[in-house]
Amino acid sequence: MIDVQFMLDKLPAFLGGGDGQPVFSVTDGLVLTLELLGISLFFGLCLAVPLGLMRVSRNRFVSGAVWLYTYVFRGTPLLVQLFIIYYGLSQFEAVRESWAWAYLREAYVCAIIAFTLNTAAYTTEIIAGQIRNTHWGEIEAAKAMGMSKGLMMRRIVVPSALRRALPAYSNEVVMMMQSTSVAGLVTLADLTGVARRVFSDSYLPFEPFLTAAAFYLALTFLFVWLFKLAERRWLAYLAPRKH
Amino acid sequence: MKKVLALTALTASLFGMAAQAETIRFGIDGNYPPFAKQGPDGKLQGFDVDIAYALCGAMKVTCQIVPQDWDGLIPALNANKFDAILSSMSITDERKKAVDFSNKYYHTPSRMIAKEGLKVDQNAFKGKKIGALRASTQERFAKDYWGKAGASVVSYGKTPEAFLDLRSGRIDGVFVDATVGELDFLKTPQGKGFAFVGPDYNEAKYFGYGAGIAVKKGNAALVSRLNQAIEQIRKDGTYKKVQDKYFTFDVYGK
Repeated sequence: MIDVQFMLDKLPAFLGGGDGQPVFSVTDGLVLTLELLGISLFFGLCLAVPLGLMRVSRNRFVSGAVWLYTYVFRGTPLLVQLFIIYYGLSQFEAVRESWAWAYLREAYVCAIIAFTLNTAAYTTEIIAGQIRNTHWGEIEAAKAMGMSKGLMMRRIVVPSALRRALPAYSNEVVMMMQSTSVAGLVTLADLTGVARRVFSDSYLPFEPFLTAAAFYLALTFLFVWLFKLAERRWLAYLAPRKH
Repeated sequence: MKKVLALTALTASLFGMAAQAETIRFGIDGNYPPFAKQGPDGKLQGFDVDIAYALCGAMKVTCQIVPQDWDGLIPALNANKFDAILSSMSITDERKKAVDFSNKYYHTPSRMIAKEGLKVDQNAFKGKKIGALRASTQERFAKDYWGKAGASVVSYGKTPEAFLDLRSGRIDGVFVDATVGELDFLKTPQGKGFAFVGPDYNEAKYFGYGAGIAVKKGNAALVSRLNQAIEQIRKDGTYKKVQDKYFTFDVYGK
């Protein structure tokens, strides 16, 4: 039924090898998926912290602008966003003649931009939600200590919100990892892209996608475990008492 | 009373249909104009589709067209989603290992499309990018020919996407069936400034022996029926009628 030998033979293709090349000679497959994920999560988080603060701002224009951004990016499918950036932008002469075209012509960059903006939108809402959830006691204590608003944000509210955001953020990371699979639709050879290539060369539908699924599962397992460690360290004060 | 009558009529027509009409399902990639594209009514239309109906007419069976993207055609055939692939699929030795083919129903060369005036030889695309349809004969050839000389081959799931990227400058050439390249790109406003460059590519080792109809391995009965039907529509003028609807030249080849 399932050709295990074939799956083993094609395994190097998922690790940047295959066709007689040694593994990791190109970034196809696992490495590309991790690159896309890592880079977009990094920039996404960098954007999300200030955006999260702006989202809870009392100034209606500031919070409204961020609301609009998260609403648009959370309200449309990632694939549509990617197509708009990859195929849509390239249709404009002005874009093609600007300095940005050197980057936008690469499918890789388009994918990173789409993924970053998407994950930043979700992460912004996660962080903003946790800022709003800050216990009133912490704020009262900070005020009683005579902290200014900025100092209170920096020392009390943001660190505590980020800690409490960990469980929700781990979900976002796993979801984002799975979302990177759409990169294959703009010519990139991530795990899913490689699976599609093997599939269409071999006419075997089951084996290549099963291999890709196994990779994603292993990655999910790894991320969940890492976040568990992180929560044990940074969220220990919220864990139930053991003694 | 009326109801009973209608019901009887319905059952009668149902039985009648079952008795006379066998259905043959053809899998076609609808992203390959003028051979197949989605019409305004959502149904596929084009040369391949018309040939399918002509063959069904000759075989006196009912036609069912099943749209399926190119790179999933053979797996879907093997999964019994349809009985035959009629989708401009070149008959190659490689594919013959996976499916059985009818005789060819047309044969056109493959050509490179790039900026007008580009001189093409094997080294013309060193360090540049060539687009081709994933799992197509053109992709195989491009990888072996220009790929070995330093070009990178970008694989697309649909040809129109490759044309889009050629126009925006993401890739420097698209290697494609000449007929598709001409009618779907060069003759449209999008194709301005681009042209066929270099010669026809015909090597049978890569491009096979023309486009045939693929059926599941071992389905010899269907192959011989299809061959007879192809011969019949060639003879009775149906083929020419279909051809003249789309092309001004002979696509059947020698």
